[in-house]
Amino acid sequence: MTLAAEYILEMKDITKRYGENTVLSNVSLKIRPGEIHALLGENGAGKSTLMNVLFGMPVIHATGGFGGEVYLDGEKTVIASPHDAMIKGIGMVHQEFMLLPGFTITENIKLNREIAKPNVLSRIFGKNLETLDMAAMSRDARKALDSVGMSIDEYTLVAGLPVGYMQFVEIAREIDKTGVKLLVFDEPTAVLTESEAAQLLNVMKDIASKGIAIIFITHRLDEVINAADGVTILRDGQLVAETRTKDTDVTQLAEMMIGRKGESAFVTADPRTFAGDAPVALKVSHLAVNMPGEMVNDVSFEVKEGEIFGIGGLAGQGKVGIPNGIMGVYEASGDVELFGRKSELNNAHAALASGMAMVSEDRRGVGLLLDESIEDNIVFNAMQISGDFTKKILGAKLKDGKAIREHADEMIKELDIRCFSALQHTGTLSGGNQQKVCIARALTMHPKLLFVSEPTRGIDIGAKKLVLETLVKLNREMGMTVVMISSELMELRSICDRIAIIAEGEVVDVLPVNSSDADFGLAMSGIKPGKEA
Amino acid sequence: MDKNKLREGARNNIVTIMFIVLCAVCMVFSGYTPNYVLYELFSRLSRNMFIVLSLIIPIVAGMGINFAITIGAMAAQIACILVLEWGVSGFAGLSLAALLTVPLGGFFGFFIGKVLNKMKGQEMIGGLILGYFANGLYQLLCLFIFDNIIPINNPNLTIKGSKGIANTIDLSREDGFAGTLEKLWRLPVHQAALVFVAVIALILVISYVRSHRRNAKVLGIQLAVLVIVAAVAQLAPVKALFSMVQVPMATFGLVALLCLFNVVLMRTRLGQQFRAVGQNRTVANAAGINVDRVRVIAIMISTVFAGWGQLVFVQNMGSFQTYGAHEQVGLYAGAAILVGGASVMRATNTQALVGTVLFHLMFILAPAAGKNLFGDAAIGEYFRVFMCYGVIAVALVMHAWSENAKKKNPSSALRTNAKA
Repeated sequence: MTLAAEYILEMKDITKRYGENTVLSNVSLKIRPGEIHALLGENGAGKSTLMNVLFGMPVIHATGGFGGEVYLDGEKTVIASPHDAMIKGIGMVHQEFMLLPGFTITENIKLNREIAKPNVLSRIFGKNLETLDMAAMSRDARKALDSVGMSIDEYTLVAGLPVGYMQFVEIAREIDKTGVKLLVFDEPTAVLTESEAAQLLNVMKDIASKGIAIIFITHRLDEVINAADGVTILRDGQLVAETRTKDTDVTQLAEMMIGRKGESAFVTADPRTFAGDAPVALKVSHLAVNMPGEMVNDVSFEVKEGEIFGIGGLAGQGKVGIPNGIMGVYEASGDVELFGRKSELNNAHAALASGMAMVSEDRRGVGLLLDESIEDNIVFNAMQISGDFTKKILGAKLKDGKAIREHADEMIKELDIRCFSALQHTGTLSGGNQQKVCIARALTMHPKLLFVSEPTRGIDIGAKKLVLETLVKLNREMGMTVVMISSELMELRSICDRIAIIAEGEVVDVLPVNSSDADFGLAMSGIKPGKEA
Repeated sequence: MDKNKLREGARNNIVTIMFIVLCAVCMVFSGYTPNYVLYELFSRLSRNMFIVLSLIIPIVAGMGINFAITIGAMAAQIACILVLEWGVSGFAGLSLAALLTVPLGGFFGFFIGKVLNKMKGQEMIGGLILGYFANGLYQLLCLFIFDNIIPINNPNLTIKGSKGIANTIDLSREDGFAGTLEKLWRLPVHQAALVFVAVIALILVISYVRSHRRNAKVLGIQLAVLVIVAAVAQLAPVKALFSMVQVPMATFGLVALLCLFNVVLMRTRLGQQFRAVGQNRTVANAAGINVDRVRVIAIMISTVFAGWGQLVFVQNMGSFQTYGAHEQVGLYAGAAILVGGASVMRATNTQALVGTVLFHLMFILAPAAGKNLFGDAAIGEYFRVFMCYGVIAVALVMHAWSENAKKKNPSSALRTNAKA
């Protein structure tokens, strides 16, 4: 065998920029035939971008392509589109199921690759009107299902199948494609039960033993050790390590995944410890929130009065769902007590009136009225909820323009919102300044407890610093209790007193900020530190 | 469990059940004899079934009720005017008009599909407004372009003493093709039943032989039901009930052909694509299906069929209002298919046929019932129009309601999902 055929896929020095922003720099990935290769990394580490490059997604080509080379079977290739990738034998098992509920398993496996026989109509109008050959299709489907160890009838409708079964149908479909050489599994075990996940890992090993290589994207480190042969770890768009699983362990992987970021903490607040009997500001028990993409299953925690409490975890694990559920933005159930008083769920008005406020992660969506002025945005909630900034004239409540202007000007000065005047529309402000308007609005409510969700997402470093400093100041000087939700662990560690890590909609652990990288890494992949490894 | 199923079934078919009850009430108060009602019903049924059936494919393809079939009807009317102008009459005239409807309807359907692709999720309101817009162009064509720019030499087609196409087009002159289909072959009900039973049995047996999963039990039951239907039709009291009815075999034959086409189409590659696109565009797209193209094809087929449906309608009526015959076609056909139990997401041949029957029963009975109850036929007429829009509104609300019912109770659904 030549050297070239050693790897079924080789991605060399892949570099990708979105505008000024480098999301991948000189990343390489080598996969041998029949190997299960895990791809690890936090959110934003560049995993999805790397896969987008591999599949020739339109988003890559539309933003100026990428640097580096891709070799398939030792030959240099250009993958032009997802369809092209499919022809070249690269398949994807999606995280969200690409299945049609109203179709049978056979029909789903053979979707758009149907086997058909010619008939009278098709001879006149072309191939599209050929009659489907269900018998042949179901034979193929049967074969594919058998190879993933599923005995279910191939004529069953997908609607109503257990989630785990759907995952296997997805895999069967990829296997049924002829000439598939490489399969990408994107977080395949995220929705499975333990026994299903174990079965899936066995099926993956089975497939690999037939010579099909597998790229296994996951955040569950124990599965990596269990199933994968090799591991590639990305962090901040750079290759951290490429190693064999037999040479490493869960703790080491966790450390490499989190690591120390290059930039040093630019805001620091010394963490404080609160006594066990310190008054409780917020008590959450068994909270479940139905927020698409950020489902919360069962979360309980306590926040002490005067604390800065951090909530971290990977994207999609449910951390963002927590404040949205408590504030009544998304449907929720469970018990929430604020300073000992029960807070009503599914009622945004009641939540605001009870003394909580939130700075939303979705500034432009639910946070701001973009076509309204800064001053109107700042006082909007206070006017609606508590009737501030209004005066009564002839029995009708009217806006008190003077009071609003005074308050807005004060806030603009206080928070250093860069604008021409309080009348400027918020839609024309930069991201950082929009965030400050959101904070100003939350403060105008005089909240006893403030949720800040992803406060630094999409804003520049200067603005980040100011936002974080403001939070610390509010907490230390005004005694406001702050719950901060962020994907950036470093940020949480710089200003919080304690950090809860959320994985799969549940609290894995509440850690002190000075816990080790490995502890945080393990918690993010759902492993409680001290329990394993 | 059984009780739950019953309740579920009742909720899914609430519109149909409501309509059956209403029809029964109207039947009691109308004072008509069953003989007369059946006679009226059969003479009207054949008019509309075809056009209602043309709605099925867009519903399957996930585009909702295609209210833009009014444009298909306009295509058919343009074809009629041209055929009359060229002086082709009788069966040849009808065939030529049908042939002419294909390029016209296909062309219009192509543009409708393109526009609807730009407004995914709002196809129904989009189709409705497109229909109104196209009506303006149609009027321009008939009032100004025909007879002014394109000369019209048939004096019966133009407004007397002025320019433009006349308000009423009469197909029953010697140069027209009124009733061509009906005149082809008529049979009394007991004989017609035999013919249809024979044809359906033949189709069932053929599909059984060619099927990959042969279920002899189901086939046996189906054949037995057919035999019973044929036998019942031969009984003297049944014959007496249908004594006034002469079944236009050609029209019903066409309807049967279209039903068959719908069934066969769904078993082809294209049909599979319609169903896939209808269920989930993202998934279909990920499987490499050209979603936009499939949707355009669905609308094109629907528009051409609607045109043919309008031809069947106008040749049965014997004349049509140039500027009005097409206007309500979309709403009435939409209401009829909804009455049959279809939703904006699901529709079958049976639902279309049942819906047409019920809708027509209402049309026949409501004015008479209104007259007997309130002393005024206009009130019955009012109820019937009111009911038509009401049915569409109820069906849309029901659809939204059952979608919402699925989302109830977040935490329990969540936990079972996550732990399942």
